[in-house]
Amino acid sequence: MPVAATRDATTSTTPPGTLIDFRDVAMRFPNGTVALSGVDITVRRGEFVTVVGPSGCGKSTLLRIASGLETASDGTVTVNTDRIGYVFQDATLLAWRDVRRNVELLAELNGMSRAGRRQKAQAAIELVGLEGFEKHMPKQLSGGMRMRTSLARSLTLDPELFLFDEPFGALDEITRERLNDELIRLFVEQGFAGMFITHSVSEAVYLSTKVVVMSGRPGHIVRTIDVPLPMPRDPDIRYTPEFAALVGEVSHALREGHR
Amino acid sequence: MSTTEGTVEQTVEETVEPTAASTPAYVAPPRPRAGRRILGWVTIAGPPLIVFGLIVAAWYAVNASLAENKKFLLPTLDEVISQGYLDSTIRSQILESLWQTSKVVIVGLAIAAVIGIAWAVAMSMATWVQRSTYPYAVILQTIPILAIVPLIGVWFGYEFKARVVVCVMIALFPMVSNTLFGLQSVDRPLHELFALQRARRGTVLAKLMFPAALPAIFVGLRTSAGLAVVGAIVGDFFFQRGTPGLGSLLMIYARQTLYAELFAAIFVAALLGVLVFALFGLLSKLAVGRWYEPVK
Repeated sequence: MPVAATRDATTSTTPPGTLIDFRDVAMRFPNGTVALSGVDITVRRGEFVTVVGPSGCGKSTLLRIASGLETASDGTVTVNTDRIGYVFQDATLLAWRDVRRNVELLAELNGMSRAGRRQKAQAAIELVGLEGFEKHMPKQLSGGMRMRTSLARSLTLDPELFLFDEPFGALDEITRERLNDELIRLFVEQGFAGMFITHSVSEAVYLSTKVVVMSGRPGHIVRTIDVPLPMPRDPDIRYTPEFAALVGEVSHALREGHR
Repeated sequence: MSTTEGTVEQTVEETVEPTAASTPAYVAPPRPRAGRRILGWVTIAGPPLIVFGLIVAAWYAVNASLAENKKFLLPTLDEVISQGYLDSTIRSQILESLWQTSKVVIVGLAIAAVIGIAWAVAMSMATWVQRSTYPYAVILQTIPILAIVPLIGVWFGYEFKARVVVCVMIALFPMVSNTLFGLQSVDRPLHELFALQRARRGTVLAKLMFPAALPAIFVGLRTSAGLAVVGAIVGDFFFQRGTPGLGSLLMIYARQTLYAELFAAIFVAALLGVLVFALFGLLSKLAVGRWYEPVK
């Protein structure tokens, strides 16, 4: 609630369980570029919504608006939580801090006590499977481990809503698939809602309960496709006809939006 | 006809074969593990030592070629050592002025570092500070120091203080520019990470910008330290009152045509510069070596 007040005047026109709600959101940058137009997206508790679209369609801008880094030039955005995790495209670790102190950072910035954040960090490190690497410096870690550190850092906030801005785009296929599974496990265990940006169709279908397909600039929603596959996902689900059909549907919508 | 063909074939074979045979040998040469460390040191220290030997040899050759009454113009290395470093009077003169110069360097560098870092921080926190004052940092760098030395003498006297001022003026710009570069090198997502937690500007400076700037600050310190040595010696040339530093000593020896002693003092001055440079290289490695990878 507190965040909703700062970002938008409308109170509780959203149904219960809604964590973030975009209504007719548009984004026009000062240089005249229109990044988004007429975007409606709702993320409720228990949902994992993936936004997929061609590069430059403004999907990252959506997250920046959701997190408050930017303000939409039109429409309303209602945010009903102040526990928001944000994972950037890069791991954005502080090179001079080891894994533990990187994970502690956000708690530290929020004024948590040394003992409290130490404990929080340790729990988060274990959640992402980085025990034993607490003392490693970022330069000693692989890309995947850096991303895990970044995830752990956000987990210390106990986010109700987790925003992901193409976090695995720079990783190799195997690492990406493994992290997808870890993310689903965390989603199921920790109970946060997710809003995930990607340009990989199969990643979108695999991760989410709902896929939002966006068109090229100015970005608007082409279609919203529900993914009725069971959670947590079985990695082999990728080779089922249902999965293939959904991937086909999303790809089709993408092509439609590109015309 | 058939013989010609045969010769051609043979030549081709002969030119190809040695290359093919020798290539694998270059790919995986057998490496003795035990000797590798020593070998490493030889490859690092060897070439400069060889050059040093060549310079000394050339030096003696020039000396030998000089007429007897002109040999004093280029004293040999052994004369420099015996008359400069082994003579207790000269040695204590050199050591005393070395200490004097070092004091100027230390104080001057410390002041330049504090002013430089503070200035750069102020510029990174407020664009208007940068816009209004950075040009003067650049101008400070471009003013020929010799032009204002008389003024510094008039204002600060002709002793320690004036030398320090010259030192600071020469050493300041690299501190300012490197620190500012370091503070501004932080990627935008990292700033956003802090902004999302509503971190205060002071926190962003202390926990993000300043640590990120440390490697660049050390580059500045190293450059400034070398310049501070130059500044201290240049200051000596103009401000002759008070305890003489290395610069004053150089002039005294030159005036008295004590060339072996002059060489001895020059080497010490050069060594001081190298030492200070190496010291800050080492400090940098200790401070940021654990996490910082310089781009090669």
